[in-house]
Amino acid sequence: MQASPQPIFKRGPSLVVRLVFFTLLSLVLMVSDSRFRYLEGIRSVVSVVLYPLQQVASMPGILLARTGEFFVTQAALYRENEQLRRENLTNAPKLQRLMVLEAENTQLLRLLDAKPAPERTTTIAEILYESRDAFTRRVIIDHGSNQGLHEGQAVIDHIGVIGQITRVFPFVSEVTLITDKTQSVPVQNARSGLRSVTFGTGHDGALELRFIPVNADMQIGDVLVTSGIDGTYPAGLPVAVVANIERNAAFAFARITCTPSAGVSSFNRVVVLSDAPARPANPLKEPAQDKLKKAGTKP
Amino acid sequence: MSRSSLGDNIQGGEILLPVRTSYILLTILAAVLLDLVPLPGWIAWVRPDFVAVTLLYWGIFQPRRLGLLPAWLLGLLMDVADATLFGQHALAYSALMFAAIFLHRRIQMFPLPYQMAHVGVLLLAQQGIQLLVRLADDAEFPGLTYFVSSVTATVLWPAVMAAFNAPLRRRSGPDDV
Repeated sequence: MQASPQPIFKRGPSLVVRLVFFTLLSLVLMVSDSRFRYLEGIRSVVSVVLYPLQQVASMPGILLARTGEFFVTQAALYRENEQLRRENLTNAPKLQRLMVLEAENTQLLRLLDAKPAPERTTTIAEILYESRDAFTRRVIIDHGSNQGLHEGQAVIDHIGVIGQITRVFPFVSEVTLITDKTQSVPVQNARSGLRSVTFGTGHDGALELRFIPVNADMQIGDVLVTSGIDGTYPAGLPVAVVANIERNAAFAFARITCTPSAGVSSFNRVVVLSDAPARPANPLKEPAQDKLKKAGTKP
Repeated sequence: MSRSSLGDNIQGGEILLPVRTSYILLTILAAVLLDLVPLPGWIAWVRPDFVAVTLLYWGIFQPRRLGLLPAWLLGLLMDVADATLFGQHALAYSALMFAAIFLHRRIQMFPLPYQMAHVGVLLLAQQGIQLLVRLADDAEFPGLTYFVSSVTATVLWPAVMAAFNAPLRRRSGPDDV
């Protein structure tokens, strides 16, 4: 940086001026992205440019995996085959009972004049990679808006809930895991029926339950399943297992931590569920908001 | 007299070949690809941020070739690739480029260990900016492992220099015809 009064060569605005300019521009972008989400369009355009680069970059990994698959021993394949057959056999009676139960359930619902829960269609997708952002728990899957995915769809694996699609690009989409700090899942204790909400902690392998009274019926080892009241996740999918309960009489609420059931960060195939059908609007919400608005404008 | 006007390329007393724009673009492409390679678990957070390292190298040794605008645009690209806040990498990279260009005369003069110290501090500061931005946006502090990538980048700096300079070495001595 030379402070000569008359520069011989034209170099444009000074370095500091340029830094201030780009800093302000970045700040504007960040605020509009974080607070208003205005920039999803630009993001998806850039992601289309990035897609071929991402494909090239993931090639060595895929090649390596293929070579690994090629050298799998016959014994390992035989063992896996045997295990799958055994699982199939143990699941078969359950499946047969399920069909009978489903039929019985729809019949009972019809008797009660209630609507049966609609079937959801599923899409199988593969996890391309984990997001490199250290501050969030997200994965990128290989299906996007071109395959008909959209934001808000639930993502599960064969054990339980993984997360929810939060951003859709033409060829890939971003799944925020239930362990992310911004994610919460309405759950129900499968043993006691107690309803609650799990919150992500931002760390792998840990969820927490907040605002559970000290004397609530929760035990270590209890299975939490989705309650289905949010309309995002269908009811009855395993979410987590209660791992630790700290009851301290000094606080009104117990500190409960759980471990997610699904292989939130270990599998590479996931199932994307289609949306639940629209449900009637919450009758309490609208008038309350109107009232608040009116109260806000009056004074 | 600037040590690094557009044509010449002198490092540690060695006269290297002049840098072609195509070579700069190639290194940037390679850095983006290296950053995009999906890696499992801990290897992913040990991996240095190759784009930041590349920007730092060109900022220090060819301060007139890449300005703040390319750094800012690359930052936006990495923001989309990493699914981070839009503008987070852009801000950090343009600040990194500013520091590299601002300090290039000093860093060029230093022997390698001092150069590595400068590089380390600049890369940590770059990550620090991203950390502050995310903390302001209600994110959780991811732990000190977050900064490991800058440490590995600093340790690898001599190798990075060798790799960047290898294609720029003259085949024969300057006195040969």
